[in-house]
Amino acid sequence: MQSSRLSPRFPGQLLDPAGRLRFGASLALVVALAVVAALVSISSGAYPISVTDMLRVLAGQPGQDAAARLVLMEVRLPRFLLGFLVGAVLAVSGAILQGLFRNPLADPTLIGVSSGASLAAISVIVLGEALLGHWLHLAETWALPLAAFAGGSGTVFLAWKIARRAGQVSVATLLLAGIAINAIAMAGTGLLTFHANDEQLRSLTFWTMGSLGHAAWHDLVVAGPWLLLALLMAQTLATPLDAFLMGESVVGHLGFDTERVKRRAILVAGLGVGAAVAVSGLIGFVGLVVPHLVRQMAGASHRTLLPICALAGGSLLVAADSLARVVVAPAELPIGLMTALIGGPFFLVILLRMNVS
Amino acid sequence: MTVLQARQLSVALAGKTVVEDLDLTLSAGEITVLLGPNGAGKSTLLGGLAGELPITGELNFGGRPMTAWAPGALARQRGVMPQRVEVNFPLTVEEVVRLGRTGGDRRADEAILAEVLSALSLEGLRYRKMPTLSGGEQQRVQLARVLAQILDSQGPRLLLLDECTSALDPAHQQLALGLVRTLARTQGIAVLAIVHDLNLAAQFADRLVVLKAGRCVASGPAEEVLTPSMLASVYGYQARVERLAEGYSVIVPVAGAVQTAPVKPTCRQAS
Repeated sequence: MQSSRLSPRFPGQLLDPAGRLRFGASLALVVALAVVAALVSISSGAYPISVTDMLRVLAGQPGQDAAARLVLMEVRLPRFLLGFLVGAVLAVSGAILQGLFRNPLADPTLIGVSSGASLAAISVIVLGEALLGHWLHLAETWALPLAAFAGGSGTVFLAWKIARRAGQVSVATLLLAGIAINAIAMAGTGLLTFHANDEQLRSLTFWTMGSLGHAAWHDLVVAGPWLLLALLMAQTLATPLDAFLMGESVVGHLGFDTERVKRRAILVAGLGVGAAVAVSGLIGFVGLVVPHLVRQMAGASHRTLLPICALAGGSLLVAADSLARVVVAPAELPIGLMTALIGGPFFLVILLRMNVS
Repeated sequence: MTVLQARQLSVALAGKTVVEDLDLTLSAGEITVLLGPNGAGKSTLLGGLAGELPITGELNFGGRPMTAWAPGALARQRGVMPQRVEVNFPLTVEEVVRLGRTGGDRRADEAILAEVLSALSLEGLRYRKMPTLSGGEQQRVQLARVLAQILDSQGPRLLLLDECTSALDPAHQQLALGLVRTLARTQGIAVLAIVHDLNLAAQFADRLVVLKAGRCVASGPAEEVLTPSMLASVYGYQARVERLAEGYSVIVPVAGAVQTAPVKPTCRQAS
C-alpha cells in the first residue's frame, strides 16, 4: 500500500491527500460505531440482557426467558431506534443550519425550533386541563407530541415570516428572529414552570431536559416518518449547501433556486427537530458537536458531512442514552443533561486545542 | 458577435434605483472594464446582470431575453465572481473548484479541474483547506471555480468579475487577467470586469465604461477614455496619463496636487 504524502504514518487508502479520512473509511467507522452503540444500548440497563440472548430473540428463536423478550421487544428496541433517529436528525439539522447561516455555531436550539416545541408541550401540561378540558383526554398520548410538533414547526414558520421581505428571505434576519423567538419561548417556559404544581413539574423535566425513557413503538409510528423524511430530504440539499458556504449569491450563480434551497433547509430542520422534540424533549449539543467533529474528520463537503453526521449523531445519542441509564441505575438521568455534561466540556477542549494549533 | 445587450437598464438595490438608463453591449472575445468611484453602482450593475438584483429595461443574453434562460442552463454560460468570498469552513481548494462543475459534463471535470488549477498556479494548493489560505490565494481559487463553470460550454458565454484581482500581488494580477484575456480571445467569452487599478484597466480592457452616480459618463477604448479631465471630473483625481508604448499607459498622480477625492456624494443613495 502506498503511503499518503501528507500523513506517512497512515496507509494512503484510509486518508485522502488533504489528510482526512476518506468517505468509505468514515462510513465504515460510523457504521461500526452504530453497531457497537446498538449492542450496548439494547443489552444494558436495569434488566441486563446478554448479546447472545439478544440475537436469539431477534432471530425469532423461542427463548426460555419471556421477560428478556418483553424488555427487548417492547422497551429496548423502540428506545434504540427512536434514539438513533432523533440523534441523526439533530446532527443533520445542526449541519444544515450551520451551512445555511455560514456559522459553525448554529444549532437547532438557536433558531427557536427546540424551545418552541418544548414550550408548546409544556403549555399543554400546565394549561391543558384548563384550556382544552375533556378534549385533552380524547387526545391522550397524542396531545403532547402533536403540540410539540406544531410548536416546533410554528416557530420556524414565524421566524421565516419575519425574515421574508419582497419574496426573499434574509438569512441574517432569520437567525436574529430565531434568537429572539428562542428567548421568548424560554421565558414562556420559565413562567409556566413557575405556575406549575409538583406533579406537572415532574413531567416538565422531560421537555426541558429530554428523555428517551418513555420511548415506545407508537412514538416511532408518530415521529418516525417525519424523522426519516427529514433525513432523506437533507441529502438532496448537499451540493447547494456547499455553495452556501461561499455565500448566498453563489448558490444562484451555480444555477440553484436559492429561495427554494432555503425553504427546504428550514423545512427539514423545522419538521425534523419538531418531531424529535415531540418524542424526546429538549436535547442540546448533538447538533453542535457532531457536525463539528465530522467536519474535522471527514471534511466540510455536505455530500460527505450529511450522511456521516446522521450515523454519528444517532450513535452518539444512543451511547449517551445508555450511559444515562447506567450511571444512576435503576433510575436514569435526563438525556439532555447527559449530552450537555459530555458535550459541553468536550466542545471546550476542541476550542482550546484549536486555539493552540 | 454580441453576447449581452442591455437597453435602458435600471438596477435597484434595497428598493432604490442605483443604476439608471444604462445601455451596454458586450461582445464575444472582448474585455470591458467598468470604472468609477466607490458607490458609483458598479457592483450593483454586475448584480443586476448576474440575476441577483431586480432590473427593469431590456436585457438580452445570446439573443434571448435573460429571463427566458433556465437557471441551470444559464449557469453553464454565465460565470459570476463576487467581490468578497470568504470561506470559513474546511472545504479543500479542489472541492471549491469542483463546485463550479455543478450541472456540467462529468467526463470533462478532471481535465478542466487540472487546467484551471495549473493556469492559476494553484496545483500545489489543491488539497489545502480554504481557511488556511491567504486572501489572494482564496481569490485565485474563486476565479478558478468561476472559470471551471463555463470553460467547456458551447454557445454565448459571459464572465462577470467583481474586482477579481483586488487581493492579488502584481505578478498574480498579470497572471489572472492575462488568463482571462487569453480565454476571452481563444474561446470567444465576453468579459465584464470591475477593476479599480487604472493601469491594469488600461492594460487589459478592450473597452472602458465609466460609471458615476449610476449613469454611464464615458465609454470607449482606454486611449480615449482615460484622460486627465475624466479622472478629475469622475474621481476628483489629479493625474497625468503617460503613454509608454502602443497599448501601454501609466496613470501617475500629479506631484503636489491636492486630491479632492469625493467632490460630492456620487452615490444616488447618499444624495
